[in-house]
Amino acid sequence: MRFFTEFGRYLLLIKGMFSRPENAKMYWKEFMHQCSEIGLGSMGIVVIISFFMGAVSALQTAYQLTSPVIPRSTIAQIVRDTVILEFAPTLVCIVLAGVVGSKIASELGNMRVSEQIDALEIMGINTKTYLVLPKICAALLTIPALVIIAMGLGIWGGRVAGSMSGILPPNMYDIGLLENFVPYNVVFAMAKAYTFAFLISSIPAYYGYHVEGGSLEIGRSSTKAVVVSCVAVLFADYLLAALLLND
Amino acid sequence: MIEVKNLKKTFGDKTIIDDVSVKMDSGKCNLIIGSSGSGKTVFMKCLVGLFVPDAGEILYREQDFIQMNVQEKKEIRKQIGMLFQGSALFDSLTVEQNVMFPLNMFTNDSHRKKLKRVNEVLDRVNLEGANKKFPAELSGGMKKRVGIARAIVLNPQYLFCDEPNSGLDPLTSLVIDRLIKEITLEYKITTVVNTHDMNSVMEVGDHIIYMHQGLKEWEGTNKEIIFSKNDKLNEFIFASEFLKDAKDMRMLEMSGKIDNDRNMDDIMNNDASFMNDNKT
Repeated sequence: MRFFTEFGRYLLLIKGMFSRPENAKMYWKEFMHQCSEIGLGSMGIVVIISFFMGAVSALQTAYQLTSPVIPRSTIAQIVRDTVILEFAPTLVCIVLAGVVGSKIASELGNMRVSEQIDALEIMGINTKTYLVLPKICAALLTIPALVIIAMGLGIWGGRVAGSMSGILPPNMYDIGLLENFVPYNVVFAMAKAYTFAFLISSIPAYYGYHVEGGSLEIGRSSTKAVVVSCVAVLFADYLLAALLLND
Repeated sequence: MIEVKNLKKTFGDKTIIDDVSVKMDSGKCNLIIGSSGSGKTVFMKCLVGLFVPDAGEILYREQDFIQMNVQEKKEIRKQIGMLFQGSALFDSLTVEQNVMFPLNMFTNDSHRKKLKRVNEVLDRVNLEGANKKFPAELSGGMKKRVGIARAIVLNPQYLFCDEPNSGLDPLTSLVIDRLIKEITLEYKITTVVNTHDMNSVMEVGDHIIYMHQGLKEWEGTNKEIIFSKNDKLNEFIFASEFLKDAKDMRMLEMSGKIDNDRNMDDIMNNDASFMNDNKT
């Protein structure tokens, strides 16, 4: 029963975001600020994770491919497809759920507890539009971009690891990358990236916006926001795979 | 002017505001007083639209705020300034940016014009030169003054102050009280102050509403409150023996038994008999 109440309030928050901005210039400024916070702010962690994700993926694939019948370039194909289909969109978004999600929930929670949201409401500003919408729009713009970067870095990480460990020379890795490439995989990955971007920005926004109490509750709502976002990402991951990869 | 008619607000089974009616005139400091849990904060939040009342009317210029559509409410809210208990300043913005925020949102003036207005209101609250400071660098009293500056920057018709003296020392409280009073008279606005500070009541209370357990228990001025016969009000305002004695002093002064020029120590030391007579 509580799930439906919370889900209903979440939908109302989403519905409440769509109103005419009081001043488009201020909203644009806030949107750009959020792009910087969410996009550039998460760039470092995405770069590190993606590179090592690809590198480890290459080494572990090589470790498992012991048959002399299978060409070594297959390692590159596996790394490419794993990174594009799963690692870049899902793993990166789960990490971003922690980084971005906790930031959004605690920022809004702090604003709620310190009455800053009330202050904006009294000024006649629709706080759902001003505070939540730019965050979701910024996430929808920057997170898919981060996923694309993660794809590139993951594949490059695999190449570097293969070359450094002597498992796979770079030219062979490049040949493998071009073999059996399915462009639809990238479309699928982007569909996942947009869905996850929406989830990991809107769910923490909901928890932060509706905080009641003090600093302890901000921490609790932040943790809850991250947990629920991660579960939602995994659930959506399965749902999208079932819907879009079903031959 | 704000007129409230038969306002009622409940949370679950608990009635927080029960059938409260009151008129608040412009150019006056209207104080809502009462002990903690008496419903004064909920009452104020209903007035500004942060809570939706269950019944009653809130009339701003004879128009019912509750019945207004979103756009009409927005228009009224642009005429409202509010000072929050914790000041509610935006942490990531400087003093100047905080005060300029409503101007940025609701006006299309040039930056130079907005900056001029910001400096005007900062001067008005005696905070000239604090433009570039962040809220974390300000004292409690300064934060309240920035909050007042932000509240008045758009020339509002209504000013709401929620516990403006909470967390402030008596001297700073007095400064804030006087500032609110001066601004009320200067801009001829309707000011509503939510407080349980008796110094504020005596300092700025042109019109006082005493609330007790969600009901309007007493209404009057700061000149009348001290002589009120309302038991609940007296219990609230004369909670300490010192204040009771102070009231006795005042009554003796009024009746001419004590020379106004004599200092308090003399009175306390030498005229205890007067006080005892008066108590009995």
